[in-house]
Amino acid sequence: MSLPAYAGPLETTWYYLFRFICGLIFFFLIAPILVIIPLSFNAVPFFTFTEKMLTFDPEGYSLKWYRDFFSNLNWQGAVKNSFIIAFFSTIISTTLGTIAALGLSRAEMPAKTWVMGILISPMIVPLIISAAGMFFFYTDMGLASTHLGVILAHAALSTPFVVITVTATLVGFDQSLIRASATLGANPTTTFFKVIVPLILPGVISGALFAFVTSFDEVVVVKFIGSYEQRTIPWAMFSGIREQISPTILAVATLLVLLSVGMLATVELLRRRNEKLRGLSPG
Amino acid sequence: MANTTTNSPLVTVDGTPLKVSLGRAKRKAKLRALLLVAPLFAFILLTFFVPIISMLLRSVDNEVVSYTLPNTAPLLSQWDASSGEIPGEAVFKALAADFKESAEDKYDDKSAGKVGRRLNYELTGFSSMFRKTARKSKKFEPPYKEAFIKAEKKWGDPKYWQVMQREMRKATDSYYLAAIDAGYDSEGNRAFNEPGKRVYLKLFWRTFWMSGLITGLCLLLAYPVAYLLSILKSRTSNMLMILVLLPFWTSLLVRTSAWIALLQKEGVINSLLVATGMLDDANRLLMIHNKAGTIIAMVHVLLPFMILPLYSVMKTIPPSYMRAARSLGATPFTAFTKVYMPNTIPGIGAGAILVFILSIGYYITPALVGGQSGTLISNLIAYHLESSLNWGLAAALGAILLAATFALYLVYDKIVGIDNMKLG
Repeated sequence: MSLPAYAGPLETTWYYLFRFICGLIFFFLIAPILVIIPLSFNAVPFFTFTEKMLTFDPEGYSLKWYRDFFSNLNWQGAVKNSFIIAFFSTIISTTLGTIAALGLSRAEMPAKTWVMGILISPMIVPLIISAAGMFFFYTDMGLASTHLGVILAHAALSTPFVVITVTATLVGFDQSLIRASATLGANPTTTFFKVIVPLILPGVISGALFAFVTSFDEVVVVKFIGSYEQRTIPWAMFSGIREQISPTILAVATLLVLLSVGMLATVELLRRRNEKLRGLSPG
Repeated sequence: MANTTTNSPLVTVDGTPLKVSLGRAKRKAKLRALLLVAPLFAFILLTFFVPIISMLLRSVDNEVVSYTLPNTAPLLSQWDASSGEIPGEAVFKALAADFKESAEDKYDDKSAGKVGRRLNYELTGFSSMFRKTARKSKKFEPPYKEAFIKAEKKWGDPKYWQVMQREMRKATDSYYLAAIDAGYDSEGNRAFNEPGKRVYLKLFWRTFWMSGLITGLCLLLAYPVAYLLSILKSRTSNMLMILVLLPFWTSLLVRTSAWIALLQKEGVINSLLVATGMLDDANRLLMIHNKAGTIIAMVHVLLPFMILPLYSVMKTIPPSYMRAARSLGATPFTAFTKVYMPNTIPGIGAGAILVFILSIGYYITPALVGGQSGTLISNLIAYHLESSLNWGLAAALGAILLAATFALYLVYDKIVGIDNMKLG
């Protein structure tokens, strides 16, 4: 919205002042994330800019923290575990979550609010409480310190994101298409794969991405029910920050920022595609 | 002919009344919907609900005492604690038998050491008392009373017997009492600890006001940004939205370590201030490992959770409202406070409760940047789980935190509706 022609000097001042304030808040949001990128190229093991870095002396910069990250078994194990755990927990939560969302969005679903409330609770319950409960229970079940245990725990924590995203996609879903497909002779399986899936796919993929990020970013539960063998990237970062702080953490952080940029771009593209499919926006 | 159709009920092709047939179809549809939800429901129940409920039961569970001391329990219940004297020989004899049994138990199912540790939470001294006695109990000969007191003179003190008598119960409230800085006094009445010894209430209060402050700061920062995003052309606002969504998608650990790099004593902000001469090298600001560190980092982490609900509400307010108010003679300020702001209250409510719920249960960020003074109740729960191993107390603290979260969740449901929750 541009400044109206009738605006007085006071309003003009406020117009620019307001934008300036908003600029500062945007700076607060984004600066901490951007600042770690140059810091990760630091030649010395400090968490701050050195004089050589500020004068753009090439000697002030180095790739050694990245080299450390790619050669260190501690970090490489963490990367492997993170991807394995996030991958399998995403598959479980996306499958179960999508099917449940299909049921939840039917008009005939009884006690919808209650069921939804229970299915979403893993997102609301403080993580430390979930972690404590799972710690005792999974130990009794022999699932503590196993990949399977962490995968199941992460699947439980990330299903709410799938349920919410897919349910939101289904709000605009025309249920009569299912009947139309049936009258044209398709059996329920064919209807599901040929009619429902293509239409809700963008929602399912964003849900899956949310689930993936939830697992990929989760540290409290892994810390409690996993051991060193299940260490994930955030786990290694957490103990790294607590024990010996090294700029390798910043190198890892930079790589993770790149990953989240990719994720964000994908989700945005999917959201727009979804809106286009449903004719909600012209673009 | 016309008469018969109106009088007889409508039937389907196979002859069943339409009403019955319709009811059947509806039941079938209901069942189908339930079947779709069932797998996830069962999964969440098993992997999430059952673990949490069984953990919460630990906050009252006290079976270990009466289970390990089965002979002593019935006899001790008859002892008059107000007499001021220790129980008689019969109780000591039963206790000696219990000690012997627990020493012979190969599976360590009955362990005197466990009971000692359990009772030590009630009164310090029990742990060493039980350990010492267990070691010598194999050689105990009657009279048992003398043998016990010789092994450990605390057995001659009625206050230990009083605690033991009380904690023979299967369920205890003492963990909850401990969680709110209360306990039993020497007469066995429930009472709060002296004000100087209150730890948990202080921490609950700190968690509460810091979460409130964080929520307030988030609202203060989110409101103008959400407003700007809602009035800009969609192209510009989509671009600026990236600045909100990128932190939202970035790992929490990344954001927390970024704040460590910025705020620490040798960090970016301090170095910048010193380099520009605004700060003396000797008095670098202490912005981390204290309350300030927790607040700054958590406001940053939780800000997108406030901006997004506010934005989605503001987006639906037609700009014509403000123009109408202005054309009716309102100043920009009046138009804003009387017309615009009341319309954004659902967004304020949704965002504020969401941020508050998330911050009272926060663990990672306070653990890394909070130091001693900036930790919250979650950190204390983690401490009791990992270090002090007082799981009953951890469960009681967790139950209180969970109850608070649940109450807020209900409010959130009232304001927003759980099924209206949106992401990104």
